[in-house]
Amino acid sequence: MTDEPKSGRPSRRGLLKGMAALPALSLLPRSAFADVPATSAIDTTGLAVTDTDVTVGILHSITGTMAISETGSVEAEKLAISQINDQGGVLGRKIKFVQEDGASDWPTFAEKAKKLLVENKCAAVFGCWTSASRKAVLPVFEQYNGMLYYPTFYEGLEQSKNVIYTGQEATQQIIAGLDWVNKTKNAKTFYLLGSDYIWPRTSNKIARKHIENHLTDAKVVGEEYFPLGDTQFNSVINKIKLKKPDVIYAIIVGGSNVAFYKQLKAAGIDLNKQTLLTISVTEDEIDGIGGENIVGAYACMKYFESLNNPNNKVFVPAFHKMWGDKTVIGDVTQAAYLGPWLWKLTAEKAGSFDIDKIAAASPGIEFKGAPEGYVRIHENHHLWSKTRVGRARSDGQYDLIYETADLVEPNPFPKGYQ
Amino acid sequence: MFGDYSLGDLGAIFAMQGFAGLILFSVFLLMALGLAIIFGQMGVINMAHGEFMILGAYVTWLTSLLFERFIPAAFSGYFFIAMVLAFFASGALGMLVEWALIRHLYRRPLDTLLATWGLSLILQQAYRSIFGAREVGVTLPDWMMGSMQVSDAIQIPINGVFVMALTLLITCGVGWVMYFSRWGKQVRAVMQNRVMAGAVGINTERVDRYTFALGCGVAGIAGSAFTMIGSTGPTSGQLYIVDTFLVVVFGGASSLIGTIASAFTISQAQSTLEFFLSGSMAKVITLLAIVGILMLRPQGLFALKIRK
Repeated sequence: MTDEPKSGRPSRRGLLKGMAALPALSLLPRSAFADVPATSAIDTTGLAVTDTDVTVGILHSITGTMAISETGSVEAEKLAISQINDQGGVLGRKIKFVQEDGASDWPTFAEKAKKLLVENKCAAVFGCWTSASRKAVLPVFEQYNGMLYYPTFYEGLEQSKNVIYTGQEATQQIIAGLDWVNKTKNAKTFYLLGSDYIWPRTSNKIARKHIENHLTDAKVVGEEYFPLGDTQFNSVINKIKLKKPDVIYAIIVGGSNVAFYKQLKAAGIDLNKQTLLTISVTEDEIDGIGGENIVGAYACMKYFESLNNPNNKVFVPAFHKMWGDKTVIGDVTQAAYLGPWLWKLTAEKAGSFDIDKIAAASPGIEFKGAPEGYVRIHENHHLWSKTRVGRARSDGQYDLIYETADLVEPNPFPKGYQ
Repeated sequence: MFGDYSLGDLGAIFAMQGFAGLILFSVFLLMALGLAIIFGQMGVINMAHGEFMILGAYVTWLTSLLFERFIPAAFSGYFFIAMVLAFFASGALGMLVEWALIRHLYRRPLDTLLATWGLSLILQQAYRSIFGAREVGVTLPDWMMGSMQVSDAIQIPINGVFVMALTLLITCGVGWVMYFSRWGKQVRAVMQNRVMAGAVGINTERVDRYTFALGCGVAGIAGSAFTMIGSTGPTSGQLYIVDTFLVVVFGGASSLIGTIASAFTISQAQSTLEFFLSGSMAKVITLLAIVGILMLRPQGLFALKIRK
């Protein structure tokens, strides 16, 4: 015991456990332990790491309004964890997870985050979906020094040592899409729509700046917001008919989304003729909207279930095998799947579960097996990833129309766009 | 704002906008009718109204699945059967709820608020457990989607026309039941003076139960119809509850005419404002106006004249 690092004071129970294991140790061939580092070496801060397993947390809404969106993320994270375990786990330890329900309520998220960090001593937490829930848990993760892998595309303007953002920040999702529609559709006039909260407003602000300052002769002919949960869009649809914009740029979320596309179709706007670009409709949302109501619309994402690459061809069947053939995989679901893998790769590079070492080792981590293709963690803890444009089919899937040639750099604090 | 447009364009837009207002009116009225019966006539503050509507929507979804699988030939007409089933499903649930919960609370209207709020949470979680947390997509027969081309520039959404016709039918039906049938007289008698109504031989418990069931059933039909214009998920009912109460309270809780008038006023104000301002601003101004009017006229637009 003398050659143990100074910082880890062995507890009595740990000592007893260790002593109990001694006879068993002598029976096993030495090689069985060859690449399994000692617990004391890889966990110096008292995380929930034992000789055989490591505990992580999953924190999403299983109940309440947001359960609709967060279900896919939970499924993806569990799939990734089980795959990692099948491959032998992380640093020789199997991953065990503790799942908590944020219940679509932001204070609950904060409380459960604290529980996962303080009581369960989770080495990493995969979770949150809305920006509001992330903002609620951020101080908890910073105070108790936890590690959060956050999957959703979001408005940017945030960066933390204690968070890895596996979704796109706003510029990654917006700029390439606008450039594409401007170039290939020769779009000059844009009508911006959104639900009335921070993400659509920040995103549309970036979109407006880009349209006005970086696209030639392009302008915004209308910008409008609707209360969350609004279900009546006939008036704005009439306004759109009057202004005849080249592009409807829609960032409407939740139940409103379904109402908007149904009413758009009922009003006789054919999305095969009227270009509509959205950043808020993944395959998950189409499930509720109905493919026949949105066929022809363009979406700007980084992942579509229909992507044709070797990683995705393995990922999609594995997902369906675990969660049923009918479940669809949207952009955020894929981003949630990246979380456990990135954490595993980082822990192996750092040779430790310690939060500080994970945070420091994260920049530069590459995941070659990502279903979206190769991704890499940037110094700002966001991901380098490609931006893609897809076109909705009537069966609820997207056809890939365009993808950026290179990975797009994450830029959570874009100059000139704020 | 209109300088750049031709007269023809403007005419078409105003025609469509007028129609949009009428559709909104129908939607408001349809969702408020059930509550007008339950809250207006019985005085039960039913916070679970939205969940009764969504039950109707789920029944519609299930019916569409059944038709798709077993009788695809009749798919184009499934919606009518779905609405009838939705009425009975929501009505039956309403009857059960009245028996188990509401009848114990008739003298405590504020407690019904809490109890039905709890009920709405229970129902939401039940839908989530049974049908899954994700929204379901209700496939509609082709003839119900799309629009009628009235002239070159004017398109009228078919589902809007459908909702209008349905609303007209249901409103007339409810009006007839409440004001012209024998049973409606009993309902109104019980609500005005329960003890006296019981004394003259009306079975007040039965009247209560069927009235509540009728209100819930109408909510079910509304939910079924709204699969055409909105989403179907465990919490979709929450999208309607605020507007529904707004319409009923603004109209004067115990008056059917009041509900109609208030649905009309609110919908016209909102759709006009939405056209000239933005969606959020329209809502703010509409709500402000309603608050202002209710301050001056706390009993709502129309109120029963009763001797106090």
